[in-house]
Amino acid sequence: MRVTFKRDWIHSWLLLLPAMVFLFAFTHIPAVTTFINSFYSTPRGRRPAKFIGLENYERLWDDPVFWKVMFNNLWFALGTIPLSIALSIAMALWVNDKLAGRSLVRMAYFTPTVLPLIAVANIWLFFYTPGFGLFDQVFGALFGWSSTNWLGDPATALNAVIVVTVWKEAGFFMIFYLAALQAIPVSLVEAARIEGASRWTIFWRITFPLLMPTTLFVSINAVINSFRLVDHIFILTDGGPDNASSLLLFYIYEVAFRFWETGYAATLTVALLLLLSALAIGQFFFFDRKVHYK
Amino acid sequence: MIKSTFLKAVAATALSVSTWASAHAVDLQFYFPVAVGGKAADTIQALTDEYVAANPDVKIDAVYAGSYQDTVAKAITASRGGNPPQLSVILSVDMFTLIDEDLIQPFDNYLTTDEDKAWVDGFYPAFMENSQTGGKTYGIPFQRSTPVLYWNKEAFKEAGLDPEVAPATWDEMVEFGKKLTKKDADGKVSQWGVRIPSSGFPYWLFQGLAIENSATLANAEGNKTNFDDPKVVEALQYLVDLSTKHEVMAPGIIEWGATPKAFFEGQTAMMWTSTGNLTNVRDNAPFDFGVAMLPSKETRGAPTGGGNFYLFKGASDEQNKAAVEFVQWITAPAQSAKWTIATGYVAPRAETWETETMKAYTADFAPALIARDQLAFAKAELSTYQNQRVTGIFNDALASVITGKKDAATALKEAQAQADGILSEYR
Repeated sequence: MRVTFKRDWIHSWLLLLPAMVFLFAFTHIPAVTTFINSFYSTPRGRRPAKFIGLENYERLWDDPVFWKVMFNNLWFALGTIPLSIALSIAMALWVNDKLAGRSLVRMAYFTPTVLPLIAVANIWLFFYTPGFGLFDQVFGALFGWSSTNWLGDPATALNAVIVVTVWKEAGFFMIFYLAALQAIPVSLVEAARIEGASRWTIFWRITFPLLMPTTLFVSINAVINSFRLVDHIFILTDGGPDNASSLLLFYIYEVAFRFWETGYAATLTVALLLLLSALAIGQFFFFDRKVHYK
Repeated sequence: MIKSTFLKAVAATALSVSTWASAHAVDLQFYFPVAVGGKAADTIQALTDEYVAANPDVKIDAVYAGSYQDTVAKAITASRGGNPPQLSVILSVDMFTLIDEDLIQPFDNYLTTDEDKAWVDGFYPAFMENSQTGGKTYGIPFQRSTPVLYWNKEAFKEAGLDPEVAPATWDEMVEFGKKLTKKDADGKVSQWGVRIPSSGFPYWLFQGLAIENSATLANAEGNKTNFDDPKVVEALQYLVDLSTKHEVMAPGIIEWGATPKAFFEGQTAMMWTSTGNLTNVRDNAPFDFGVAMLPSKETRGAPTGGGNFYLFKGASDEQNKAAVEFVQWITAPAQSAKWTIATGYVAPRAETWETETMKAYTADFAPALIARDQLAFAKAELSTYQNQRVTGIFNDALASVITGKKDAATALKEAQAQADGILSEYR
């Protein structure tokens, strides 16, 4: 009895071990180290790191660029999340119906997800180019607009980045909605039709509530992505002009690997971690009440 | 458990065997970045192979490390991890950062003979400004460039200008630009006069304007900037006026990458960009083009740019000696000429330009000489301690003025105050 118990215990630990090693090595230990480093100054060749208490946090509080990128990130999240979710539901509904060339349309919607973000950003860079870029040529020919410097103007730079992100993300989320739509029993819709419900009522009263678990999953992903996806910024704007399109993670990269201020970068990372965990916890608690699981 | 011990034993044996096998040869690891397209990486690899073939007692592992940014990040990370390369090509402006991180050593320790000292003096002084500090030589110029003005001769002819004459002064550039800017009835511009790219790192070309106005952006010790000098403000005002007042340049931030293409497409009649684009323009411009020095205000002037060789700490005496010998070999005329022709980088030593290969090349392609001649007026690229951060502040200030968010004097004054805050501890 005792022996079997012990063996079970070893077995379960052994099974957990591989995942745990990776989780600790790449997630927990770095997170804890980051937290500790945020209380130290940046070590430079001749001056080792020293404990400076909350100095890095005070600096963060007074750093106008930090507040700017936080605000940018908020705007970026508000711009990308609802739009890409709405778009992906619309696309999923559209390709869930019987229509000619359905597979082709599905594939077309999914293509942006498959392409590497860096490559995509280079293509969009050309679209946005003033003068001979695609948008300038199309808008110029259609409406006679004069040349617009989409990426070079602080008023439009971040929005231009948002458009690329939505384009990239919506197709990916569509796949989840498509799977969820196909899991909804047809009988529910048929019953509603017999009752004389309109298409809108069917969507609003049946389809949308049943999609809620997916919406929860997708929205958490979208929130995380809005803090995580910065690859295209390197290509499109490099955070410019004057940090107008810089996001929190991009700023962390800049501080850590361009300015080599690892102490302060650790502090910024702690801010990001706190923010993300607060958002994830909040979403689970807030949404969970509204989600119908089967 | 047993398995892992076994693996460790195998790894240890393999390691000791390989160490033993190479014990009689000097091992060098050398990081290099590639900032321009084309044959740069292949050329470096070919040159390294040639050297190793001729010197069997040296083994060189040339590692392509990405962009300049990636290379410095890799070199710093590897050094912190206790595994520094012996040699690396890194931006000349990162010198103070690397000194501050205590990662590099001066070449002087290994350049002791009179011959060696004469060798150091053989580089163009403009390139050495970013390579020496405190009387020591920390960088050896290798892939160095400088910005020049390219102009479209056909567009000049069409505008009634002499196609063989480029603007020589700021005023001329505005005057020519006005003739070259083509607008339709609705005020839509189909061809701009000039294009000075400003995305990402506007400071570089702006520094050309500042030097032309006799301003120095930072001192040679790298611990004081002069961003709020009235001459710098005036230079920035000129840059902004090109778009707002004179309307000869597109407003807002102008993309670097699209600049050569805009030039080929006739979107702009003149452009400022690096000599690193010479080969690209030569191959792709569908019209006759000319290359000139940047126009002058009080003087001609331009910043230098590009990368130097750095000697890292932590290597054995033998490795350092071998590394220095390799650097001397690869910057020698025959090798340097090959490198310059393949990439368009400016050969950093006068003697290279005297070789038959280079003479044949420049006889066929005279614009290559403009960059060299401009070196007489060139000054050090902006470089300070905590360089990326200080330059970043300056870039943000320039961008805010170019996009009309702030006026030149205010933005530069704020940038100067921030830079002072960072640099005061290095004085």
